[in-house]
Amino acid sequence: MKPLFEVRDLVTGFGPVRVVDGVSFRVAAGETYALLGESGCGKSITALSLMRLLPDGGRVVSGSVQLGETDVLALPERDMRRVRGGQMAMIFQEPMLALNPVIKVGEQIGEALALHQGLAGQAARDAARGLLDAVGVPDAVRRLDSYPFELSGGLRQRMMIAMALAGRPQLLIADEPTTALDVTIQAQVLDVLRRLKAEQRMGMLLITHDLGVVAENADRVGVMYAGELVEEGMRDAFFSAPQHPYSRMLFEALPHTGDGGRLTTIPGQVPKLDGATRGCRFAPRCPFAIARCRAESPDWQELNDQRVRCHLAGALPARQERELTAHSVKQAGQQLLQVDGLKVHFPIRRGLIQRTVGHVRAVDGVSLDIQAGRTLALVGESGCGKTTVGKALLRLIEPTAGSIVLGGERITAKHASILRRQAQMVFQDPFSSLNPRMRVADILLEGMDALNVGAGSDRRDAVARLLHQVGLPDDAGGRYPHAFSGGQRQRIAIARALAVSPQLVICDEPTSALDVSVQAQILNLLKDLQDNLGLAYLFITHNLAVVDYLAHEVAVMYLGRIVEHGAATDVLRAPRHPYTQALVSAVPRIEPHDGAGIIRLAGDQPSPLNPPDGCHFNPRCPYASEVCRKTYPEQTELRNGHWVRCHWVAGQGFSAGRVD
Amino acid sequence: MNSIQPVILWTDALIFALLAAVLALVWLIRRQEHLLAPWRVVAQRPMAMGSALVLGVFVVIGLLDSLHYRERLADSPADAPQYSVEVLSLFDALLSELRARPEKTYSAPLAMHLYAKEFVERDGATVRDYPRLQFGGAHLQHADARLPDIARRTLDGAMQGALAGLLLFAGLAGWQARRRQMTPGGWLATWSRGDLDWPGRTVVLVVAGMLMLTGVIVQLASGYHVLGTDKVGQDVLYISLKSIRTGLVIGTLTTLVTLPLAIGFGIAAGYFRGWVDDVIQYIYTVLNSIPGVLLIAAAVLIVQVYIESNPEQFDTAAARADIRLLALCLIMGVTSWTGLARLLRGESLKLRTLDYVEAARAFGVSNTRIISRHIFPNVFHLVLIAIVLDFSGLVLAEAVLSYVGVGVDPSMYSWGNMINGARLELAREPVVWWQLGAAFAFMFTLVLAANLFADSVRDAFDPRLGGRR
Amino acid sequence: MLAYILRRLLYAIPILIGVNLLTFALFFVVNTPDDMARLQLGAKHVTPEAIERWKVEHGYDKPLLLNAEASGSSQFTDTIFFKHSAAMFVFEFGKGDDGRDIGNEIRTRMGPSLAIALPVFVIGLLANISFALLMVFFRTSYLDLWGVVLCVVLMSISGLFYIIAGQYFIAKLWNLLPISGFAGGIDGLRFILLPVLVSVVAGIGSGSRWYRTIFLEEIGKDYVRTARAKGLSEVRVLFRHVLKNGMIPILTGAVVVLPLLFMGSLITESFFGIPGLGSYTIDAIQAQDFAVVRAMVFLGSFLYIVGLILTDVSYSLVDPRVRLQ
Repeated sequence: MKPLFEVRDLVTGFGPVRVVDGVSFRVAAGETYALLGESGCGKSITALSLMRLLPDGGRVVSGSVQLGETDVLALPERDMRRVRGGQMAMIFQEPMLALNPVIKVGEQIGEALALHQGLAGQAARDAARGLLDAVGVPDAVRRLDSYPFELSGGLRQRMMIAMALAGRPQLLIADEPTTALDVTIQAQVLDVLRRLKAEQRMGMLLITHDLGVVAENADRVGVMYAGELVEEGMRDAFFSAPQHPYSRMLFEALPHTGDGGRLTTIPGQVPKLDGATRGCRFAPRCPFAIARCRAESPDWQELNDQRVRCHLAGALPARQERELTAHSVKQAGQQLLQVDGLKVHFPIRRGLIQRTVGHVRAVDGVSLDIQAGRTLALVGESGCGKTTVGKALLRLIEPTAGSIVLGGERITAKHASILRRQAQMVFQDPFSSLNPRMRVADILLEGMDALNVGAGSDRRDAVARLLHQVGLPDDAGGRYPHAFSGGQRQRIAIARALAVSPQLVICDEPTSALDVSVQAQILNLLKDLQDNLGLAYLFITHNLAVVDYLAHEVAVMYLGRIVEHGAATDVLRAPRHPYTQALVSAVPRIEPHDGAGIIRLAGDQPSPLNPPDGCHFNPRCPYASEVCRKTYPEQTELRNGHWVRCHWVAGQGFSAGRVD
Repeated sequence: MNSIQPVILWTDALIFALLAAVLALVWLIRRQEHLLAPWRVVAQRPMAMGSALVLGVFVVIGLLDSLHYRERLADSPADAPQYSVEVLSLFDALLSELRARPEKTYSAPLAMHLYAKEFVERDGATVRDYPRLQFGGAHLQHADARLPDIARRTLDGAMQGALAGLLLFAGLAGWQARRRQMTPGGWLATWSRGDLDWPGRTVVLVVAGMLMLTGVIVQLASGYHVLGTDKVGQDVLYISLKSIRTGLVIGTLTTLVTLPLAIGFGIAAGYFRGWVDDVIQYIYTVLNSIPGVLLIAAAVLIVQVYIESNPEQFDTAAARADIRLLALCLIMGVTSWTGLARLLRGESLKLRTLDYVEAARAFGVSNTRIISRHIFPNVFHLVLIAIVLDFSGLVLAEAVLSYVGVGVDPSMYSWGNMINGARLELAREPVVWWQLGAAFAFMFTLVLAANLFADSVRDAFDPRLGGRR
Repeated sequence: MLAYILRRLLYAIPILIGVNLLTFALFFVVNTPDDMARLQLGAKHVTPEAIERWKVEHGYDKPLLLNAEASGSSQFTDTIFFKHSAAMFVFEFGKGDDGRDIGNEIRTRMGPSLAIALPVFVIGLLANISFALLMVFFRTSYLDLWGVVLCVVLMSISGLFYIIAGQYFIAKLWNLLPISGFAGGIDGLRFILLPVLVSVVAGIGSGSRWYRTIFLEEIGKDYVRTARAKGLSEVRVLFRHVLKNGMIPILTGAVVVLPLLFMGSLITESFFGIPGLGSYTIDAIQAQDFAVVRAMVFLGSFLYIVGLILTDVSYSLVDPRVRLQ
C-alpha cells in the first residue's frame, strides 16, 4: 500500500546546527504515528519543517516530503498555502497562545473554512457549528462568539482541533496536544482525536514526550534522539521490547506503579548538534557502548516489526528487573506538622468604592498531618489550590484562618523564623527559582545568612557539603545558574532548601518541568535525602505516577478542599471518591490494559470564584444525586485512616470498596 | 606664584564624579562574567564600535573642556595676584588660535572676505566693498589663490591624517601579531577577512577617517575660519566644539538626577505595592500630567530670578551660566524620571512573584536585602538601556528649550543657542546658513552615534527585542 | 463602565489639586506678588503705591495659602491660592496680564491648534503604521535593515532642523507654500500644509521604529504560526492577525495624547505663526504671565487625565480581554 505521507532524509538546520538530521518515516491513512522524544530532540522542528513553518533562521537543508502525489518541499509558496490547513493541518501545544486572543473563535475557524472550503456567511457558521459538535464542544452556537480567553484550556484545544479539521486535512500533525492540560482534560481531548481520526480516516502524526500517551494512541512509534530517529516499530512490539538503549532507559526512568524501585537515570547530556560528533550520538551516555559506537554512526537494523539504529541491535543484554526496595516502611514517626482548617480567601473588589463583594476561596478548610521522615502527596489539577496550601504553610501567602503547628509549636506571624528554620520549599520551575545574577554559593548562603545558621566561618564548608549532597561538582559554587541544565538547577534549588537543615520540605511540582530521564534523577535524589536525613516532604503534584513512587500518604484536592485522604497504596490502588477514580483512570498507562473501568469526566473544573452548591464535584460526577447538589458531604472514615468526602460512598457502606 | 588658578565649576565636579563612577562600574563589570557577557556582544558589533569611537571623541573633548582655570592678570602684583574674570578650559588653551582670531561679523566658511559690504579705503578712495578678513585667508595676495590653497591644504591634511592612521595601524598589527604569535602578514590577512573577535575593519577605518578629518580641519583652520564666523565674528568651529560639553552635560547629568528617583520610586512601588504604590503613583501622575515644557519653564524662571537676586554668590559669568545649566539638568531630571520609574515598577511587580524572590522570603530575608540582591540586579539592564536611550533625547531637547527661552544661559555656548541666534538670519540674502548648519551637523553626529550605540546596547541587554535585528 | 469612569474622575480631583499646588508653589517660591507687580509695571512706574494698586487690581493682595485674619472657611477661601487656582476647577481662568479673558482666548485659539495637530496626529499615525508594516513585511531582507537605519537617522535629526529646512526650501527657495501664517476656511489649507508635513516627517523616524518593534513582537507569537498553519497568506496574516493585536498598544498609546491635541504644539505654532494655544503658551512663558501659564498647566493636566481615562476605555473597546470595573 502506498503510504499517505512519506518523509525521506529530512535535514533541517539553523545556521550550522542540524536540529533535524536525516529523519525518514511514513504515515498511512487512518494510522497514528507517534514521534517520541525528550525536549530538544528536534521533534517539533520536524513537524514545522513538514508544514514549512520554520521560524526565521531555520531552513530545510535537504530531504523530501511526499503527501499523496505532492512533493511538499518543492511546491511554490502559493500552492503550499493550499496544502497547509487544506491537506495537512497542525495543532499546537499551548492553546491559549496558539489562538489569536482578540478574534472570536468562530471567526478564526471561519477563516479556515473560507480558505479551504470556500464557505462564507451562514454556511460557514453552520459548518463551524458542525465542527464544534464534532469535537464535542457543548453549547456550540454560543461558543462560536467567544474569545479564547473566555474558554477553558480543554475547550480551547478543542477549538484548535476544530480549526485544523476545517480544511478536511488528510494528515493531522498534533504537536504535544495535551501537554498543557490536566489529566482528566487530556483524556477527553485524546478521545476526541482518536475518534476523529477513525471517522475521517486521517493520518495522524502525534508528537509527544509522554510514553503513556503514545501507548494509548499510537499505531506505530518512532523515537527521536538528538535530531535523529533512532528506533521505529509497531506500538505493541515497541512497548513489549524496546530495542534501542535510549528507548529502554526511557522506560526504566519512568516511575512504575507501586514498585518503589530505584529509577534508572541516563547520565550526561544530549550532545551539541553542530555536526562535530562522530559515531552514534547516544554513545557517550550509553552503558552498552563499544568502541565501534564511538567511531561509526550506526545504520538501520531490521528486527521483525522494528527498526533500530544501533550497532548492538538485538544483542543487548536482557532487560533487568528493577531491584525492589519497596517503600521504606519507616513507621509513623513523631508528628511534625499539623494543619487544621487552613483557609486562604482572596477578596474580590468591585464598584465605585472598591467594596469587597466576595471571596475567591482558593483554600477552604484544609487539614493535614505529616509525620517526621514521611511524605504526604497533595494531588490535584491546576487551580485546585494545592500550591496555595504550600505557600500558606510557609506564610508566603498570609492564611485567612486555620492553625499550623510545626514541631509542637504553633506558628503565628511572630514565630515565622522558627517556621523558616524547619520548613523550606522547592519550586516547580528550575529557571525562575534561581536568581540569574547570583553565584550558586551565594544562593546557598542566602538562607543561612538570613536565619543565622551556624557560625559565619562554617558556612563556606556547609556550601561544599550541600553541593556534594545533591550530587553537584565542587566548583559549582563559583558559577552562575545559567551554566547548569534544568536538572542541575533543580538540584541547586534542593540544596538551597536544605541549607538551613529543615525537617520539612515542601516540593511544589519539582519535576513537572523536567524530562523523564532527569525527573528520575531528582526523584532518586529526593528519596535518598529522605532516607539519609529523615526529611518529611509535602509533595505537591498532579502527576500520579510520581506520587506512587514517592508518597506514603496521599491527599486529593478538588476546588480548595481535600476530598480523599489515606495511605498512598489505598488511595491509588482503590480510590473511593469518584473524582479520584477518574483521576487515576485518566492517567495514560504504558502497561497493556483492557480499558474497562475507565471513567471519563465531563466538563471542566468550575471556577473557585463561584463553586457549585453542595458537593463541589457534583456537576461532573457520574453518581451525583439530589443530596450531592444540596449539602457538602461530611468525612466518611474507611479503614486505616483512609477517608473520603462523598455522599455516594457514605451511602454504599464501607465494605463495598471497588477493587481493580 | 601660580600663573593660573584652577576653577572647579559645579558641573565639572559632577562630571568627574560621574567619570569616576563609570570607571568604578567598568572595573566591577570586568570581574563578573555575566555582566561582561552582554558588553562582549556589544563590542563585536561593527555599528556599536564605530559609534562608540565617535562618541569617545566627543567625550574626550567634553572632558578637556571641563578642566577650568583662570589666568593671572599680567600686571597684577605677585603677592596679591589678581585673576582674569574669564574662565578658560584646557580645551580653550589647545584651541587658543581659533579663540583669539575674531573678525568683525559674519563671514562664510573658508572665506577671505566679510559677509557684509563696508566702506573701505582702496587706492586712496573710499569704496563700498566686501572687506578682507583680518585672519581668514590673510596670507593670500589674491582671491584667485584661495581655491588652490584650500585644495592644497585639504590634500595635505588628508595625507597627514592618513599617514598617522597608517602608522597607528602598523603598530596595532605588530602588537596584535606578537600577542597572538602570528606573522604580521598573517594577522593582516585575518583582519582583512574580518575574522577577528572584534570588528577590526570598522575600528581601523573609523579611526583612519577621523584622523584624516582632523588633519584636514587642522590644516584649513590654520589659514581660514573653517565653518565661518558668527554675528560678532567668532569662529563657528570653535563655538560648535565648545557646545559639545554643554550637550554632554545635559545628556549625562540629567540622567544622574533621574536615576535615584526612578530606581527608588519605581522599585519601591512595584515591590511593596499597597499604599506605597498609591503614593508614588500619585506623585508621578501629578508630575506627568503637567506639560513638561511648562514645568521646566516655571522652574527655570525661578532659578533665573534666584540668580538675579543673589548676584554676590557667583563671581564669574561662567559660574552663573554653570549654575543655570546645573539647574536645567536638575529640573529635566525631576520631570523625566516618571517613564523609567513606571517601567521599573512593572518589572518589579513581575519579579516579586518569581520563585527566587519567594524562596528568599521563605528564608525571612529582609526587604532591603531582597531589593538589593534580587530585584535591582535583575532590572539593572533596563536602567542601562534607559540611560543610553535617554541621552540623545536630552541633547535634542536642549535645542528646543533654548529656543523657547528656558534652556541654558544665553551666554553659554550651546547648539540650541547657536540655532536660536541664527534662525532669524535665514531671511537675509545671501543666506547665513553656516551657523545653523554647523550646529545641526554637530548635534546630528552626536545624536546619531548615541542612537546607534544605544541600539546595540539594547539588543545585547534585552534579548527579547534583540536577535531579530 | 460608567461606575469605572466616575471613579476615575473622582481620582482625578486630588491629582488636579496636586498639580495646582505644585505650580502655585513653583511660582511663588521666588516670585512674590511684589516681584510680579514690579515686572508688570515696568521700571518707570515702580512706587510702593503702584505695586499695592496692581496687587489689589489683580487680586494678589491676599495671603498665599492661609488667611489667618479671616474666620471659618474663608480662612482658606480668602487667599490667592483659592481665588486664582480653585476657580479653575469650574474652568474660570480669569484674565491674563494683558487684560484679556483667558477662557475666551483658549476657546478662540483651540481651533487653529486643532487644525494643525489633528491632521498631524491622523496622518502621522497612518504613515508610521504603514512604514512599520512595510519593514515588518520585509523583515528578513535588507529593506528592513535599511529601513531601521533610516529611522535612526531621521530620529537623530533635531526637530528644529525639519522646521527650518522645510521653511527654507519649500517656502522660501521653491515658493511652494507660504512660510507662515494662518487663515480660516478652505483658504487656510495652504497655511496648514507645510507645518503638517514637517511635523509628520519629524515624527516618522521614532514612531515607525517603535511600531515595528511592537509588530515584530506580535509576529513572534504562537497564534501567528497557527494562522499560517491554516494556510493564510503572509499579507493576510499581517493585516488581519498581527495588525489587530499590534493596534492594541498603538491605539491606546495614541489615545493618551488625543485630548492634548487641543493644546497644540509649542514649537510648530510659534515657527509657523499659528495663532493657537501653543504659541499662546510660549508667549506667556516669555512674558512671564503667571495667570496664563497656570491656566495652561491646569488645562494640560486635565486633558492628560481625560486621556488616561480614554485610554482605559479604549483598551476595553479594542481588547476583549479587558473589562472595566
